[in-house]
Amino acid sequence: MTGLEEAKRRAESDAKSRGYFLNPDTSFLNDLLAGLVENERRYGYPSCPCRIATGKFELDRDIICPCDYRDADVEKYGACYCALYVRKDIFEGKTPLNPVPERRPPQKQRAAISAAGTPVSVSVKAAEKPDVEKKESGAPGMKLWYCKQCGYVALRDEPPYLCPICKAKKEMFAEVKLELVG
Amino acid sequence: MKIVKVLGNDRRHKVFVYALSTCAWCKKTKKFLEDHGIEFEYVDVDLCSKEDIEVIRSELERRGAPMSFPYIIIDDNVGILGFREDELKEALGV
Ligand code: SF4
Repeated sequence: MTGLEEAKRRAESDAKSRGYFLNPDTSFLNDLLAGLVENERRYGYPSCPCRIATGKFELDRDIICPCDYRDADVEKYGACYCALYVRKDIFEGKTPLNPVPERRPPQKQRAAISAAGTPVSVSVKAAEKPDVEKKESGAPGMKLWYCKQCGYVALRDEPPYLCPICKAKKEMFAEVKLELVG
Repeated sequence: MKIVKVLGNDRRHKVFVYALSTCAWCKKTKKFLEDHGIEFEYVDVDLCSKEDIEVIRSELERRGAPMSFPYIIIDDNVGILGFREDELKEALGV
């Protein structure tokens, strides 16, 4: 289970790799990170805290943090929709932070709200998690993961958080099952 | 539907907030209203059942509101999208 510290570490390293900053307002930042942690617990992936998610990967994949809209929003408005990631001038307080309009297409928002809603039981949701989230209990060890987007293969105990080649998200990785014969 | 009523001394307006429990801007909005002593009601849409969300969806659609949060309705006619402090202050007279 991802905790607040882990979520912060991830966001920090992601911000750094892109030249962004995290929101300088610590309590606001912690609220956002807590939202990401809660969504990961609920849906199996850290979907955007400020948008409604469905728990259905195909409907939510564009809003898994960092969402597909972040880079364009940081460039244009100085912050992503949630204002988790901000540009340097906003971080330094040189530019005021204004609400960022929603860039996610309305038809996707409508599809999301139509499919959203708490499940009958939380365990049902857990079973719907993408395969890459499943952990073999008591059998730690290296596995082969391949990126469904570009074919990159990594040997790790968990799939990479971001594909180092094509930047696909962790959820795009599938485990390669090898059977040794003979 | 779990509608929460937050009591306040300022009851001049009827204020209703469609929010998400995980959303930091929604939290800011609720806090702003509380800090100004404004009485309001809210619902955390992400915690609702499918049936309730369907009711909310058609209500938002009827108002021509987008499906994003927070969405604040004042006196049943003014809709404010997002946490916009200036607009809220003006609409609520604080
Ligand atoms: S808007 Fe910001 S916090 Fe929300 S998913 Fe996109 S990058 Fe993450």
